Amino acid sequence: MIAELGQLSLALAACLALTASAAGLFAHGPSTQLLRQSTVSMVVGQFVFAALAFTALVYSFVTDDFSVSYVATHSNSLLPLPYKISATWGGHEGSFLLWILIMTIWMLLLTLRRDNYPVRFFSRVLGTMSLMNLGFLCFAIFTSNPFERLIPMTPADGADLNPLLQDFGLIVHPPLLYAGYVGLAVPFSFAVAALLENRVDAAWARWSRPWTNFAWAFLTVGIALGSWWAYYELGWGGWWFWDPVENASFMPWLAATALIHSLAVTEKRGTFKSWTLLLAIAGFSLSLLGAFIVRSGVLTSVHAFAVDPERGMYILIFLGAVVGGSLTLYGLRAYGERADVGFKILSREFFMLINNVILVVSLAVVMWGTLAPIGYEAISGGRISIGVPFFNMFFVPLMLLLGLAVALVPVLNWKRTPWQSIKSTLTAALPVSALLGGIWWYTTDPKSAGVLAALIVALWIVATHLLDLVKRLRQSRSLPLAYVGMSLAHIGFAVSVIGIAITATQSVEEDVRMAPNDVTTLGVEEVRFLGVREVQGPNYVAQQGVFVVTNGSRTFELRPEKRRYLAGGNIMTEAGIDAGLFADTYISLGEPLDGGAWAVRLHYKPMVRWVWLGSLMFAFGGMLAVMDKRYRKLRTRRDVSIKAALGSGSAG
Amino acid sequence: MNPKRKSRLYLALFLLVAVAGTTAALMVAMEENINMFYPPDQVVDGTAPLERTIRAGGMVKDGSVSRDPESLQVEFTITDHMGSDFVVSFTGILPDLFREGQGIIVQGELDQQRKFMAREVLAKHDENYMPPELMDMVAESGNNAEAKSAAKATP
Repeated sequence: MIAELGQLSLALAACLALTASAAGLFAHGPSTQLLRQSTVSMVVGQFVFAALAFTALVYSFVTDDFSVSYVATHSNSLLPLPYKISATWGGHEGSFLLWILIMTIWMLLLTLRRDNYPVRFFSRVLGTMSLMNLGFLCFAIFTSNPFERLIPMTPADGADLNPLLQDFGLIVHPPLLYAGYVGLAVPFSFAVAALLENRVDAAWARWSRPWTNFAWAFLTVGIALGSWWAYYELGWGGWWFWDPVENASFMPWLAATALIHSLAVTEKRGTFKSWTLLLAIAGFSLSLLGAFIVRSGVLTSVHAFAVDPERGMYILIFLGAVVGGSLTLYGLRAYGERADVGFKILSREFFMLINNVILVVSLAVVMWGTLAPIGYEAISGGRISIGVPFFNMFFVPLMLLLGLAVALVPVLNWKRTPWQSIKSTLTAALPVSALLGGIWWYTTDPKSAGVLAALIVALWIVATHLLDLVKRLRQSRSLPLAYVGMSLAHIGFAVSVIGIAITATQSVEEDVRMAPNDVTTLGVEEVRFLGVREVQGPNYVAQQGVFVVTNGSRTFELRPEKRRYLAGGNIMTEAGIDAGLFADTYISLGEPLDGGAWAVRLHYKPMVRWVWLGSLMFAFGGMLAVMDKRYRKLRTRRDVSIKAALGSGSAG
Repeated sequence: MNPKRKSRLYLALFLLVAVAGTTAALMVAMEENINMFYPPDQVVDGTAPLERTIRAGGMVKDGSVSRDPESLQVEFTITDHMGSDFVVSFTGILPDLFREGQGIIVQGELDQQRKFMAREVLAKHDENYMPPELMDMVAESGNNAEAKSAAKATP
């Protein structure tokens, strides 16, 4: 009964999405105000029904309703309660329902800020959002219904949730990642609305910026969490594999990062408009491409959902309609959209351009590496895979170049920068960074030119940003949050670069055979294997290895596990990790060998935490920038003017 | 040249160099980093090149896994159940889902004796997921029911 209510809610949400998109997109003339009002109610309705459907599915999971096919394949009566709830988004159908729910939450947030935007423009935004949501809802209803029943062949118990997903990481990673993916629909809708209303101007860029930052910050945290989860849960000790599914999330991220910078130029200088529009369209389209890659099964990946050509076809058609439709609109409207604003090479504009070119080139590389296997198969019928070195070969130089551009940002002015103000950076900050980087590099082993370059660039970024901060404080100029946010994100970039460079080159990895009481060395550490014992978990039994690690004066114990889940008989490796700001020790159990010995994987990973620390600084910086006064002022100013004009408290 | 034109020119040159550089680099990188996939019959009949990084896949033959007692070296046979078998040698830790009878993919090189020296062994990631490369093979070798149930078991 509850499942049927969920299904009904989905259908009702789809009806509301249809009417809302019609009302929002075609509202015209004197009826606009009224239609906007009703669009807002219909948007709230979409949220209410999506939330009902989602709750119905959660309820089915919590009550072990195995007559619902999706529950039967993704849960089990033994599953601990928190995982029963998170199992709701542990498979294709449920995760897509979460996607829809998050889409409606973004729309709801938009309606809360409706007084900030002109009436017609805002109707177009909501209309576009609703149209996208309609596409998602139809996809769920027609190809991926999570409420399908297994009657009369109801199984007695469920097939269990994949043990890899029975983890805290899975509880938080998909919602945040989806918030990022779907959030890119907001700048997309703003771009479509701007095209429809023919107002691609600085105000439009200013309205888009907070939403873009928000979505981007969520995407950043989502990706970082995924990487962290892969690191501790997959038992391989790697944090990025250039897997198609990872690339699927990285592509919209690169586009959104470029968009954030391009929007800044459009707002401040009124230029780069066409380019900004294209990036806004690209960001959301790449989210959809990601959904296609993950959900159609066209690509071999460790964590793709199951193969289903019908779903793949639907998403591909939807993607085609979105890209085709928005680009046609762009072609019709962006024509003649040319702003002649000159700038010198030593200007923010030019460096933003460099930033955008590098990011788009990186995007092209990832896209090529991800899609080439599909193209190759379509053309020749053979199968290829593209190795990790392909991606690294491009990303190392590209990111170093990007780093050089980032380092100069604080000293650059809009339009043109006098040579004098750059000179101090080049004569003071750069040599000092080079010296410190060189000393640091001297302590590394093995030494590589890439690490030296990365350390110098990263330290230079930190130096220029900190120097600028000090300068501003000394002149007691104000520190707007947008400025603080930007600096934090840029320093985060440096932190990530350091983490990536050090952990990629300085990690020690050993696969060894260890019998009880064997001792082996791992870099500077000494590892003693005490043996294996059996422990009982809530829904698994585990072989738990006990290791004593000595690092100088510090001694600690690590207990990696090899778990066998009772419901499905799945085997899973749970690594034992000693996490530290400067190094992780990571041990995972391989397989049992003769005579009580085990195959054991030992990692010593210096500064791996910095990779994620830097990402968090990105996201936090992006959020801080959104909190800046100038975005809030907008609202009060409008309120006042509306009050003055209409003499009423709220026109919305 | 007036300054506006000059900056336009710089811009155009910059973009040209960026695009040309990327394309050239992509070509070179592709040349070096493509790993072709070969099913067992092509590994056996000599279609697969020697001493180049490739991928190959099939089922682990029952009873073929043998471990060196002193090290982490392991050898096993990959088969397509249609008469084509080849031996894989690997040193290290096998994935959790590596089992006899299971479909797997190996990445590495064939040595002069056509023994596959694997650097990586990839097993199915969960009970229901099968790499598309293997799905085709299972389907082709007549085990249609197995392939379908593998595809269908996941919603």
